[in-house]
Amino acid sequence: MATSVIETHELTKRFGNFTAVDRITFQVQPGEIFGFLGANGAGKTTAMRMLTGLSRPTAGEGIVAGYDVYRQAEQIKRRIGYMSQRFSLYEDLTVRENIQFYAGIYGLPWRSIRSKTSELIERLQLGEVARTLVGSLPLGWKQKLAFSTAILHDPEIVFLDEPTGGVDPITRRQFWEMIYAAADRGVTIFVTTHYMDESEYCDRISMMVDGEIRALGSPHDLKTQYDQPDMNGVFLQLARHSERS
Amino acid sequence: MKTILFLLRKEFLQIFRNRVIVAMIFVMPIIQLLILANAANYEVRNLKLQVIDQDHSSWSRQLVGHFTASPYFNLTGMVASAKKGITAIEADEADLVLHIPSGFERALRREGTASVHLNINAINGVKAGLASSYAQTIILDLHQEIMPVVELPAGLSSTFRYWYNPDMDYYTFMVPGILVLLVTLVGMFLSGLNIVKEKEIGTIEQINVSPIRKHQFIIGKLLPFWIIAQVELALGLTVGWLVFDIPIVGSLGVVFAFSSIYLLVVLGIGLLVSTFTDTQQQAMFISWFFLVIFILMSGLFTPIESMPGWAQQITRLNPVTYFVDVVRLVLLKGSSWWDIRSQWIALSIFAVVINGAAVLNYRKTD
Repeated sequence: MATSVIETHELTKRFGNFTAVDRITFQVQPGEIFGFLGANGAGKTTAMRMLTGLSRPTAGEGIVAGYDVYRQAEQIKRRIGYMSQRFSLYEDLTVRENIQFYAGIYGLPWRSIRSKTSELIERLQLGEVARTLVGSLPLGWKQKLAFSTAILHDPEIVFLDEPTGGVDPITRRQFWEMIYAAADRGVTIFVTTHYMDESEYCDRISMMVDGEIRALGSPHDLKTQYDQPDMNGVFLQLARHSERS
Repeated sequence: MKTILFLLRKEFLQIFRNRVIVAMIFVMPIIQLLILANAANYEVRNLKLQVIDQDHSSWSRQLVGHFTASPYFNLTGMVASAKKGITAIEADEADLVLHIPSGFERALRREGTASVHLNINAINGVKAGLASSYAQTIILDLHQEIMPVVELPAGLSSTFRYWYNPDMDYYTFMVPGILVLLVTLVGMFLSGLNIVKEKEIGTIEQINVSPIRKHQFIIGKLLPFWIIAQVELALGLTVGWLVFDIPIVGSLGVVFAFSSIYLLVVLGIGLLVSTFTDTQQQAMFISWFFLVIFILMSGLFTPIESMPGWAQQITRLNPVTYFVDVVRLVLLKGSSWWDIRSQWIALSIFAVVINGAAVLNYRKTD
């Protein structure tokens, strides 16, 4: 599978005696929406931090966008977008200033910073609030803006860490439409969530329990394999014997 | 380069949008300067004096007259006996009691020598020392006046002149030093807290996952506060010059050139603290720990020469010491860049070591 954009082999992260991520092995194909599911504390965020170059793995192998996670973390960073679990925009900057800042630090040319900023504000229909501080926007708008800035520099892969936490169902729906639109343009989406209904939107998902990947496949395959009507059932069956939750 | 420009723009937008920070940078230091310059004053005036005059002669009255004419002493009463004098000190009605024994003038005329006795409340040692030396000066004045009358033995006498601060003006001495403190406070806190704040709100993750290089990030964080601290120094010097009339004998260029290096050290310390703390609270306390030591051991309030040997060695590692020293040397004495070479060489070494450690300790990947 030379075409995978993410490829890991027994990737592991230990903190002292605690193994947060335990020998995970998987591949993600270009343009795929890959869901990373699991309970809180299952190791989803730690796994994602290793793939984005924020955290150094303890053992195993990992290749992201063709670069090694140990030695080429900085090259990886040029080719990925990331939206962290915690809100990642500056609340004391305006919508426009935030967009310009992130475009600027990714080294986009001046002309493109200007055009992309206007284009994005128009697309998100934020023209009215372009000069408003981000801190005063509703959470749903902030999340959509954060996602858009994360893909402003046209990354190959975008990592989303629980992007829809605390957002109402309508905004979640709109958020997933944005994810689909990005995937249609060829961006690979790597998304963690603990909303099981959301996992149905993914092409493939992996179920993490206690730092290990217990199941991997399309939602349809997993439901068939575990003989469950929905992903919630699959998850409960897998996580029943979890030691961490 | 473009990355750094965007980082700088972001920092300045954030700083000037935060009213508390703007006040902290520009208003508070000026208020502190105006207050501290008056409070950190070693002059002791209006010492409460009581006198026991058992001689009742013209010369004893002349001596008392000298004391009452001095701005340093306030005659609060005449007492009859030495015992009552001690009672007055105990009751805090007197800081010192001057005892002129009977036969004072007669002894002076006949033998050319006589003595008076001073009892001084020494709970505050500094105050007592000053009271004693002021009193001796006054007694010496009387000595000078009566010398022609009674051929007193001239003995050894000395004359002196105070150089670089001829009027022994405390503002001249303190204001430049206090300015250094204010610039230090602003530099160290703002730079340190700023980065830790990004850790607290989580935006540092977003920076670390971007291709920003370490040096770009650090320049982006240090340069705004470096500029602000320089502006602050200029503002403080202006206030010092307009309000306190501090002399500017040397070149301001030398002061600012030196502060350029000094600020790299101070901002570097703030940066280093921010690399191993996770909350603004931790950063604040660690910065305070160093600041209190730096300030009290800077030679601003107490001369370094009076510290024990081991403490003097520590002051050699204290950046504040160097700047307090240099700002006084340049403003009051007119020292040149060459005269202060040992200070800027030392600070340049500090700057390299501290910023080097901070850069090494700042990690985009944990």
